[in-house]
Amino acid sequence: MSTVIGRRALLALAPALLLSRPGRAAAGDAARLRFEEIYTGDRVLSLEFSDKAKALVGRRVVIRGYMAPPLKAEASFFVLTSTPVGLCPYCNSDADWPADLLVVYPGREAEFVKNSIPIDVTGILEMGPHRDPATRFFSRLRLTDAAFRALE
Amino acid sequence: MTCRTPRTLLAAACSLGILAGGPAVAQTIYPVDRADVLIGQKFDFKVEFPGIADPAKVKVTINGKDHAAVLGKAARFIERESGVDASALLLRDVAIERPGTYTVTATDGTSSSSVTWTVYATGPRKVKNVVLMIGDGMGIAHRTAARIMSKGIKEGKYHGKLAIDDMPRMALIGTSGVDAIVTDSANSASAYTSGHKSSNNAVGVYVDRTPDHFDDPRVEYIGEFVKRRKNMAVGVVTNAEIYDATPAAMGAHTAKRTENQAIVDMLYALKPEVMMGGGSPYFLPQSNPLSKRTDDRDYVAQAAADGYRVTRTAQEMMAAAHDPRTRKLFGLYNTRFLDGYLDREILKPSYVLPNQPDLPDMARAALEVLSRHPNGFVLMIESALTDKYTHQLDTERAVYDTIMLDKTAEVVKEFATRRGDTLVIITPDHTHSISLVGTVNDDAPGPDMREKVGVYQHAGFPNYVDANGDGYPDRPDVSRRLFMTLGIYPDHYETWRPKTEGIFFPTVKDKDGNYVANEAYRAVPGAVLVQGNMPRSESNGVHAADDVLLTAMGPGSERIHGFMDNTDVFRVMAEALGLGHRPKKR
Repeated sequence: MSTVIGRRALLALAPALLLSRPGRAAAGDAARLRFEEIYTGDRVLSLEFSDKAKALVGRRVVIRGYMAPPLKAEASFFVLTSTPVGLCPYCNSDADWPADLLVVYPGREAEFVKNSIPIDVTGILEMGPHRDPATRFFSRLRLTDAAFRALE
Repeated sequence: MTCRTPRTLLAAACSLGILAGGPAVAQTIYPVDRADVLIGQKFDFKVEFPGIADPAKVKVTINGKDHAAVLGKAARFIERESGVDASALLLRDVAIERPGTYTVTATDGTSSSSVTWTVYATGPRKVKNVVLMIGDGMGIAHRTAARIMSKGIKEGKYHGKLAIDDMPRMALIGTSGVDAIVTDSANSASAYTSGHKSSNNAVGVYVDRTPDHFDDPRVEYIGEFVKRRKNMAVGVVTNAEIYDATPAAMGAHTAKRTENQAIVDMLYALKPEVMMGGGSPYFLPQSNPLSKRTDDRDYVAQAAADGYRVTRTAQEMMAAAHDPRTRKLFGLYNTRFLDGYLDREILKPSYVLPNQPDLPDMARAALEVLSRHPNGFVLMIESALTDKYTHQLDTERAVYDTIMLDKTAEVVKEFATRRGDTLVIITPDHTHSISLVGTVNDDAPGPDMREKVGVYQHAGFPNYVDANGDGYPDRPDVSRRLFMTLGIYPDHYETWRPKTEGIFFPTVKDKDGNYVANEAYRAVPGAVLVQGNMPRSESNGVHAADDVLLTAMGPGSERIHGFMDNTDVFRVMAEALGLGHRPKKR
């Protein structure tokens, strides 16, 4: 597994460098996809992927959101949410994950960014049910080979 | 040490828990000592023995007679309880029909213990309906702040009273549970709706020693009782998730309040005629992308098939309620809890879902539909967010929702006044350590925010504006605003101002698992790091053990006065509805 992450790290270098340039967050071939553009439906009883999201599957996209507190120290992914998740949902009985979360597999080891700071994440959009093999965490939407940049 | 009869004093000491702290040494009996039980109310009877007991030596009597003779059947002996290396006796779904004092004595031949229950009857029915409104986490300070912000104050006198202020009955309520002086919303609501104490995180059960969260001895709720024996209607209305602790205490029985899916299953099985709130993901089959269920149950489809009008917006809710054919109403208005008043109506941040109903309108809709049921109803309405926001030290949002609670009370009060046949009880379930201590005055000199805190005569009066006269200040962030503080808190930044950008998240978890101050607020001008005074494992402010202030009106409310126990609230409702009334035979 670590080898795979290592290889991903190399692949991820290019976008990471690109993103580090000021004012070029959404540059390159990455299409901007906003959280509110991902789904259609009333968001209470129905939620479906939008045509725009479906059309971007397999392409490099950039999505702005917030990094949720780490699920586990050893997790190879982090959770991106549309609004800050203030609490670790697994640590507080009242909290629960929002439905529109996105799982991000960074191309290289990710430093935790405080969950109050927005980040731009660039990665390959992957759609469909998936359970992370190590943590059993379930997701419907992912960004792989991803790099990100904090906006503050 | 063991507790042996006939050394009754010692036995009493055991059952009172005076010896708590040492290893379990004698029988534990559920319901617990000094339980008050309504005649006919179902409960599970359980005796836990300290070790493996010899069934030949086990003896359980009630008032000196074999328990089977009193309860109608013999309890089942379990030699080795699941996950526990000890024996128990269990008898589910019993009820006692004759009022009186019942002393239960259990022995395994070596040690014995006793508990005494009071089984009570009631007088005849005085009301058709009961409305129990729970202001989750609402303390006196919330109420005072809501009155100031909603009605205004000049020269020490208010320009008006809240709707709850001039209801005729009041009492202080003790909220402690079986396990602790401080209670959570689960066991507190459960005490109101069942008349039995429970423990933190539990609803509708006495928490036993086995690890299973669903096998604990159950007690019957008022909603279950009135449906079973009086053919009355039941309503569950909340602006939290429908499976959250308070509404769960209308129909779910579990030691663990976070068993959301199972709680939805149990609540729905009761088929309350009105069921409204948030938390849609646990009502949807796992095939739905929003679902958090692990099975294919689709309660939205099920509710429609069961004759409910299913609604998902404020407009749909009101239209369904106004339709005279609607007798069952089901509403899901958010995936999580509904957004609070300040966010929904004033600040409107991006996370607010459109078209969510306001709690007063939910109350209106519920009353309209439930009134169509000829045998009357029991309606629980929870104003949930005062608690949630106070946990997060977000006092402005908490007070706006306290005003909303009062607007809801106004709706209920109007209904009860017009009808004269409805008991209304409005009560918090527990408090927070919150106080209203003064004002923050931006115009005070200097950059140091602490020096802008007005205390005593320097507090003066706040300058909120309510130009449209709707009872809610148009903005929370005026130049002289109320300053509320909490007595127990995690590390956090005190920003001295309303959180207009979004709900306050005082802490984040660090890599060691401790909750530390959320650095996002460090940059707020004047923000000051406040060192927490509670364990670092706690992410938020916590409940207090202070008494809560209950307010009531309507027939049957005469019993409410002075200091009462939270289990007495059940008894007041049972008396008003005559649930234990047995007319004398001539």
